[in-house]
Amino acid sequence: MASETTTGVERSTADAPDGPLTRVRDALEGPNTLGNSRAFWAAFVALVGFLFVYPMLRSTYYVNNTAFLLASAFLGLSLCLVWGYAGIFSFGQVAFYGVAGYTFGVVSINITGPLGTVAGLTVGVLVAAGFAFVIGYFMFYGGVSDVYVAIITLAVTLVLNTFMGQTAGEQWAVGTARLGGFNGMTEIPSLALGIGDTAIRVADVPFYYFVVGTLLVTYLGLRVLVNSDLGYVMVGIRENEERTELFGYDTRRVKLGTFTLGGALAGFGGIVYASWGNYIDPSVFGLTFAALPIIWVATGGRKWLSGAIIGTFVVTFISQKLSVFGGQFSQIILGALLLIVILGLPEGFVPQIHARLPWLLNRLPGGGDSS
Amino acid sequence: MTASETTTDVAGAALLRTEGLTKQFGGLMAVDDVDLRIESGDIRCLIGPNGAGKSTLLKLIVGQLEPSAGQVFYRGEDITDLSQHDRAREGLSMKFQVPAVYGDLSVRQNVHIPLQREVSRRDIDAEIDETLESFDLLDEAGTRADDLAHGQQQWLEIAMAAALDPDLLLLDEPAAGMSVQETERTAEYVHRLNDRGVTLLVIEHDIDFVRSIAQSVTVLHQGEVFAEGTIDEIEDDPEVRRIYLGEGH
Repeated sequence: MASETTTGVERSTADAPDGPLTRVRDALEGPNTLGNSRAFWAAFVALVGFLFVYPMLRSTYYVNNTAFLLASAFLGLSLCLVWGYAGIFSFGQVAFYGVAGYTFGVVSINITGPLGTVAGLTVGVLVAAGFAFVIGYFMFYGGVSDVYVAIITLAVTLVLNTFMGQTAGEQWAVGTARLGGFNGMTEIPSLALGIGDTAIRVADVPFYYFVVGTLLVTYLGLRVLVNSDLGYVMVGIRENEERTELFGYDTRRVKLGTFTLGGALAGFGGIVYASWGNYIDPSVFGLTFAALPIIWVATGGRKWLSGAIIGTFVVTFISQKLSVFGGQFSQIILGALLLIVILGLPEGFVPQIHARLPWLLNRLPGGGDSS
Repeated sequence: MTASETTTDVAGAALLRTEGLTKQFGGLMAVDDVDLRIESGDIRCLIGPNGAGKSTLLKLIVGQLEPSAGQVFYRGEDITDLSQHDRAREGLSMKFQVPAVYGDLSVRQNVHIPLQREVSRRDIDAEIDETLESFDLLDEAGTRADDLAHGQQQWLEIAMAAALDPDLLLLDEPAAGMSVQETERTAEYVHRLNDRGVTLLVIEHDIDFVRSIAQSVTVLHQGEVFAEGTIDEIEDDPEVRRIYLGEGH
């Protein structure tokens, strides 16, 4: 039996008020996330269960491709956090994605073995976070806001695109890692976790499980964050920064922290991508790729974590299917999709479906717990 | 910088004091050498014609604008260089002229954001209920703030500003656009807050509303303090009637 509390979040009366389950749900649930019901968590556990048995059902090719689709969600989630929750419209999340991907390549090529990839992963995330911190510091403490944030972040990305594109010469190498200009950096090793001979090479099915596991942890971690006091402040900044500042919150610091975390998250996505393809090139800093996370997140629903993940997965999947007919055809459809979403579903399709779910479920035979 | 690190005002125990506070926008002197003193527990109304500099003065007090000259003292400490959020943490709170609620969020979420600074997670639901109840908004807890009537939006923002448990609450035209009944209810809320120990500085054009709440009145004209006193003294002042109230008063 379910009951409604004053917070609007459904609670089962079977849960003890101070029991561990209630405490976990209190941390994970709130008005800043979709899915605050037992039905949601039941579906969530079923989905996670399916994702874990999926490699046993499909060939390595499909498993690899699904891992790629899921890995894109780190970039989508990073934009969702900074834009959807804190209202910082970054057009340059891919800059952190690419910088971390290249950093991972440089470190893991120079330090061979599992230690190199673990070091590359750590250093890559730290460099992306540090890069986001520096850009964010100058933007937020310099009073830059709104559309100028988009312009600055895009400009940084395009500068990196131009710079990395001219690094084809032999002089553009860090140790044994050649940057490779527009041909990209090749022979980036796959992630390996562990020490020496006991390390597990994270490729194919292990890579898939690595992506599923880290995405699960990231999603749940972000749910806790956005439903915390800090998450409320982020949402307050998105809705009205001046009002929030006058409630005693240092909004510049919160924006800087959020932007830095978003940079780290995008960076992690870039490392996963570089490790997946053993390759990275300057197109990750290109205008087309910079626009993609915006399309993913806007389509799914930028104000919701689940909107960002589902939007990223669905749009990337459609894009892949369309690319069979030619890359430009895919881009035209994606552009049209963005227009349709902005004009027709400005909040994205996931919250729309979520709002209509009770209506849909009640029409199923036997109805259902629909909240 | 915290208030404790700043210069101490030797002049005395006023809750808020401004000294020579001035704000110039290009050639326009919006606030001109204003010395204001508000004692703890007061309900001070700030009146004056449009363009007199009332809202600018409030923005200077809360730190939304930097003064061209002069100082702001709060509890005897110079807070002129403090940021807006630090001033809020010192106990200053404000309701904007145009209701600045979080339009896309529910009424409950609107109150949650300021209240969480004062109340633990464990107690916050009950405290939100209590706050909304005291502003007759409990029935609207789940309503999107943008969907509230204008008067309710004004009350919601007062509730949000009051949720910080401030010592000094600045209200910029809290009764603007309200019906007579709504204005009366707003006056009740103001008195209730004052009874709780909140000092209020209120900008208002509705002189009946001012009469119903003011313990003292400051008249601002062309950026300068033109007159100060009780509402009766102000209404009897022929010069104030000439520049603002009109001869009919």
